[in-house]
Amino acid sequence: MKTVFKPTAGMVPVDTSYCPGCSHGIAHRLIMECLEERGDLGRTIGVVPIGCAINAHHFMNVDMCESTHGRAPAIASGIRRVHPDKVVFTYQGDGDLASIGAGEIVHAAHRGEKFTTFFINNAIYGMTGGQMAPTTLIGQKATTAVYGRTVEQAGMPLRVCEMLSTIDCAVFVERVILNNPANVRKAKKAIHTALDIQAAGLGFTFVEFLSACPTNWGMAPVDALKWVETDMAAYYPVKNFKKPEGY
Amino acid sequence: MSKLLMKGNEAFGEAAIRAGVKCYFGYPITPQNEVPEYLSHELPKAGGAFLQAESELAAVNMAFGAAAAGGRVFISTSSPGLALMQEGLGFICSTEVPLVALNVSRGGPGVGGIHPSQADYTQVTRGGYNGDAKVPVFAPATIQECVDLIYECFDIAEKYRNPVMILADAMLGQMMEPVELPPKKEITPVDQIAREKPWAITGTAQHEGRNVIYSLRMQPDVLEQHVEHLFDKYAEAERELVRYNAVGLEDAEVVFVSFGTMSRLCVEAIEMLAERGVKAGMIRPISLWPFPNKAFDEIGPKTKLVISAELSMGQMIQDVKVAAQNRWPVKLIHRTGGIVPSSIEITEKTLELLKEVQG
Amino acid sequence: MNRRFRLSFNADKCKGCEICVSVCPKHILAMDTAVNAKGYHPACCTDETACIGCTSCALMCPDCCITIYELEEGEA
Repeated sequence: MKTVFKPTAGMVPVDTSYCPGCSHGIAHRLIMECLEERGDLGRTIGVVPIGCAINAHHFMNVDMCESTHGRAPAIASGIRRVHPDKVVFTYQGDGDLASIGAGEIVHAAHRGEKFTTFFINNAIYGMTGGQMAPTTLIGQKATTAVYGRTVEQAGMPLRVCEMLSTIDCAVFVERVILNNPANVRKAKKAIHTALDIQAAGLGFTFVEFLSACPTNWGMAPVDALKWVETDMAAYYPVKNFKKPEGY
Repeated sequence: MSKLLMKGNEAFGEAAIRAGVKCYFGYPITPQNEVPEYLSHELPKAGGAFLQAESELAAVNMAFGAAAAGGRVFISTSSPGLALMQEGLGFICSTEVPLVALNVSRGGPGVGGIHPSQADYTQVTRGGYNGDAKVPVFAPATIQECVDLIYECFDIAEKYRNPVMILADAMLGQMMEPVELPPKKEITPVDQIAREKPWAITGTAQHEGRNVIYSLRMQPDVLEQHVEHLFDKYAEAERELVRYNAVGLEDAEVVFVSFGTMSRLCVEAIEMLAERGVKAGMIRPISLWPFPNKAFDEIGPKTKLVISAELSMGQMIQDVKVAAQNRWPVKLIHRTGGIVPSSIEITEKTLELLKEVQG
Repeated sequence: MNRRFRLSFNADKCKGCEICVSVCPKHILAMDTAVNAKGYHPACCTDETACIGCTSCALMCPDCCITIYELEEGEA
């Protein structure tokens, strides 16, 4: 008997705190699989956000630290100054990165910080119970937008990849989607590419994951994944925005 | 050892380099800009990393990251910038990570002014962060003393795994004085960090088990236990870190309590008062937290008045009153806005207050 | 030559999200009528002989519940 697929050593073998069908489970696993495959679990330092994924350090089998809300890119910049050769990443949600942390992510990209940010975009605030995120879609309901988001009240949803790809030293910017197996495989490729570019020291690397939040969207997990495909991908195009030559 | 004539801010930067600092993060703010400017060209020469952050908010968080990863870190700012760093300082206390921070304080509140002030006393000793924590605070009165404190405070921060604050002011930052610089310590090589700091996040291959540096503790009993643990450390700090100078307390009629720049004026005022036949002494706290309560037990029987002399509306006076325990009346001599009074002004005011108390 | 696969589901870890069921191209996954310790109906395989080893289920599982083996020739 040979093993075709087994749970990665990069995930601590405990139950996660995430809801049934939450895309954090898939995103965590893909990142940890990549690090395991690269032999990097022992030389990686990760920064978790404020948000549901504050718990990520219970599940990701690497050295990690928590962060103040939104400041993970600053924290990772500090880590990088002490450890020029380790693998460093931040893992952030849409409140952490696109709201309170919008300044820090722009400046990390601007400086071409040699770490990778994994951005989980599920268009809502999870941990605090379903408030509107900067990435919540027009018409989408949230607990702070009970009749649905309007432009007049809250502006248009923020397209982070598009924004960061205008920054010179953000050398790899890609949006992926976790709605089906084929796209999950593509997402894993993007993670590997981002980590390759980090290892080559070329600049800031960024992967945005269009993700489901079944609980706060009020949908069953399978339906939530459909909504990611039909509604989120319609506004947030799934593609590579930028990559260095040769990648 | 030879002395150099140095500008305060530059000497403070050099002190951090001599202490083997690996990283400096900062944002320009008057009156401490010479600190980042000096370190921007000198720290890389010494093998360290300088990064001008996008804000003080970012700087304190960069400092957390670097320190959590085991690097020796120095940050500096001035009063409004410190206000932005408060969340970070509380977080760093909670996560038990060492850090040395320098506040070259200026007039407030708000944007305030750029001249010397001591109106951050409450901000630094009580903290503006949420929750229960303490940050040891030291207040130098000369450039030399500040250099020596910066040099020493990295070891204190690492012993207690906590931020340590040095409160200077615009005067100390901008003036020039002769200073003897301490010997240079080497920056710890990356592969030695885990040996010195086995708790640091350096990669699981570097140490036993897996390190996670965290603040969130959702179960109340676990959080209570953690805060009690922090306060065990602070209790030890209260016993070990008290520092002060006391002069002329045995037969003083009036005792000044004063720190930093203001204390230098009180020294002159003491001489002037002596010429007017009034014996004055001074307690100069060097540690503001822990406050040197025991210094007040050295005050002699002739003292009729204790004066808290401050460059603020009176913040240290609260601690002075607690330390005085109603043994003497406590009055305030103060200027604010960035004004540094003359020793003549202090002398005249002291005589007025003495008359009030006696009459 | 038909390749043969074995599926192992960690029923206690499963949160009953049903995503694996929805992505299986051979429609051989289903939710068990039994309930696990967490109170969810865990996913299971109804016909292992029809499994083609595409790993779609394991790729989509958010909880690392699924391990897939390939049987060697002659193995039971």
